[in-house]
Amino acid sequence: MKGKVSTVVAHVVALLIGVVWILPVVSIFMVAIRPIREVLHGWWNFKEFHPTLENFVEALNHPTTPLGRGLLNSFIIASLAMITPVFIAALAAYTFARFSFPVKTYLFLTIIIMMAMPQQMVAIPLFRIMINLGLINTYLGLILVHTAWGLPWIILFLRNFFLTLPIEVEEAARVDGASDFQIFLRIVLPMSLPALLSVTALQFTWVWNDFFLALLIIYSPDKLVATQRLVWMKGKYHTPWDALCAGAILVMIVPVIIYAVFQKYYVKGMVGWVIKG
Amino acid sequence: MSQKNTTPLFFLAPAVILITIFVIYPIIKTLWLSFLSPNGEFVGLHSYFKVLRSKEIINLDRFPYKSPPWGALIHNAMWIAIHLPLTLFLGLFFAIVLKEVRGASIIKSIVFLGMVMPMVIGGLLAEFLFDKDVGIVNVVLRFIGLHPLANISWTYHPETALLATILSGVWMWTGFSMIVYSAALAAIPREYYEAAEIDGATSFRKFIHITLPLLKPATLVVVVMTVLYELKIFDIVYAATGGGPGGASMVLAILMYIKAFVAFNFNEAAVLATLLTLLTLPPAIWIAKTAVGRK
Repeated sequence: MKGKVSTVVAHVVALLIGVVWILPVVSIFMVAIRPIREVLHGWWNFKEFHPTLENFVEALNHPTTPLGRGLLNSFIIASLAMITPVFIAALAAYTFARFSFPVKTYLFLTIIIMMAMPQQMVAIPLFRIMINLGLINTYLGLILVHTAWGLPWIILFLRNFFLTLPIEVEEAARVDGASDFQIFLRIVLPMSLPALLSVTALQFTWVWNDFFLALLIIYSPDKLVATQRLVWMKGKYHTPWDALCAGAILVMIVPVIIYAVFQKYYVKGMVGWVIKG
Repeated sequence: MSQKNTTPLFFLAPAVILITIFVIYPIIKTLWLSFLSPNGEFVGLHSYFKVLRSKEIINLDRFPYKSPPWGALIHNAMWIAIHLPLTLFLGLFFAIVLKEVRGASIIKSIVFLGMVMPMVIGGLLAEFLFDKDVGIVNVVLRFIGLHPLANISWTYHPETALLATILSGVWMWTGFSMIVYSAALAAIPREYYEAAEIDGATSFRKFIHITLPLLKPATLVVVVMTVLYELKIFDIVYAATGGGPGGASMVLAILMYIKAFVAFNFNEAAVLATLLTLLTLPPAIWIAKTAVGRK
């Protein structure tokens, strides 16, 4: 009897948690799909309710910061900045997992510590490097920086995964005369698909969600990424909530879809390396 | 590996080169900049004293009796003081409640949404949810009778701007602590509880004597990652208030950016960046040690 009551209570509390936590997203959504005059005194007034896509069209073609172009820019940058670091990091992670060489532990420690560095610590010199290399305000520049900053955690995650792979398969291939690179490419990578999916999904999301590095490197209006445009769209004196909420939905929908599709891999990638087992 | 092998060199080269150019070299350069004066002379810790004494960092004329701005360092401390216990408690609470509930995965996904979306949207939410006209939080506050708080737009007032950004951060980050605790709870063997039940232990005693001690490692992980998040916080505040009004929600990361790229005071900006990095070092080293310790 007591067990039944507590189960009911748990369900009610769980439902409450869900309702409270989704309320911010529902708020944005409700403003996004309705004309601004209907929500001026709160989206919870449903006396008039005329769903429309107008706000989305307005956000995509916003006069000063059209979000449509920003979404495309973000997509290009995030796609390229997810492939390169995963491959480069996988090579390094494999080395840390399988080879022994001088200063291995120190090198690994140094790389891992970089994972937690505040990006402000590199901002000024990075800006100057970008100017000197002619990479300021270019996608290539931003992609390179994202690649470098994505490497540490991907190396850590993949190294931990590689350590769990059975070494016998690799040794058998080595006896058959396969080179280290062939073993890595033909045996290790195919066995690691779940882990590679985890890091790819997360790296894409992090690049897509990034604001600071873009703020540092990209400044010409046509090149701004989606997150920058959202912030710029918020005027200084007047906040156009209709277009802004529609824009927020458009920008968040991409990572949310990735999360929905790759949920298992995604959560593993985010917390897998901090939890044993 | 018995024979001499050059493979490590080639496999590591791309990663090491990229990290050196875009992470390690700029870090050293920033550290060096922090010891220089604007015209390039070496002045040692001079800029550090200047920065640490400025009211932008610690403003003891206003803290704690008057409203913010209290200085960026104190604001970051406030983030830790408010955001850390709230996310820890809520994450643990959610994980425990959702453990025994059917359909829990949907609710977990909802709570985790904040971890998935861009943090600048969290900033927009801080302004939007606490708006006096369109903010749902203010409706609830009016309903409870807290009219003074409900009738202002939080991000436009120095008394409330910092709190609005912090609470938005709680909404975004609780998903992390919940997921870590959920995984930790799932890893506790059922036999422990069954054995305790045979001994006649109450739910409360089981929680205190079995669950809590076994959650210690998970708690440590959440605390370390959350403190890092709070120290490095940038996007939420930048999008919500830009650090304003009048510096009332300013944090170290944003102050560094403004000093460098708005005021062009690169040396003081470098000092701020270095101070911020020093604060993040203990959690960073803990993560690195844990990572290496795992074989």
